[in-house]
Amino acid sequence: MNSMLILFIILSLAAVLSALGLLLSRSAVYAALFLVLNFACVAIFYLLLGAPFIALTQITVYAGAIMVLFLFVIMLLGAEKLPKSQSLPWQRPLAIGLAVVLLFEAGFLLFQRLHLTATLAQPEAQINSVDAIRTLGLTLFNQYLLPFEITSILLLVAMVGAIVLTKQEKGAAG
Amino acid sequence: MEGTIPLSYYIAVSAILFTMGALGVLIRRNALIVFMSIELMLNAANLAFVAFARSYGVLTGQIFVFFVITVAAAEVAVGLALIVAIFRSKHSIDVDQMSSLKG
Repeated sequence: MNSMLILFIILSLAAVLSALGLLLSRSAVYAALFLVLNFACVAIFYLLLGAPFIALTQITVYAGAIMVLFLFVIMLLGAEKLPKSQSLPWQRPLAIGLAVVLLFEAGFLLFQRLHLTATLAQPEAQINSVDAIRTLGLTLFNQYLLPFEITSILLLVAMVGAIVLTKQEKGAAG
Repeated sequence: MEGTIPLSYYIAVSAILFTMGALGVLIRRNALIVFMSIELMLNAANLAFVAFARSYGVLTGQIFVFFVITVAAAEVAVGLALIVAIFRSKHSIDVDQMSSLKG
């Protein structure tokens, strides 16, 4: 057992436990903080996989922008103080059973097509350097230029939609 | 020391995280936490993308992670705006309360 495997196991435990904390925490603020921890763990997974640019994007966009947006809305609504409504009694065991079924299905389908002993390729000499980011950028702006531009339209639509949805309607009935 | 972690370990972690996200969507009634669970599922899919990209030695998986992150950002912006609008009209974000269309 080498040091990378020990690091991997510790990281997976942290990721799974923080996801469990997200599922079980009563307060929405705690759930958001558990999710930030989970995103950080996944970012370190990306570093282990030789994708430093994706890792930093993960930290910036997910842990930075998206979770700050979540925390803003939680505090804006005061939603963590809402009274808890009772759920359907049979819902939770049924959901856990369905989740176990989903886990087995996903594991079966994925590992059926994988060689169980397949190890990751050794990183090329360039993958941990600036050249990897240059290659990523060249691929993005040559081969995937059209999806990149469509992404900008998507972000524009999302921005306009968010503003329109939250606009207070002045002069509306009521 | 160069680590040789099997690809299947990453896929297993990804599958576990995805399942926990799906479980969160099913058992939580707070709409904000349902949204966070959806983010968890997207994240697990991204982890599988990057692991497969590394395994096959291509960069396309990382490009797709890029697009998934963008779509997630757009989805969160619109979704949180929807939650704020629903909270204004119903004073609740409990997903069980959003049954106005039920006959």
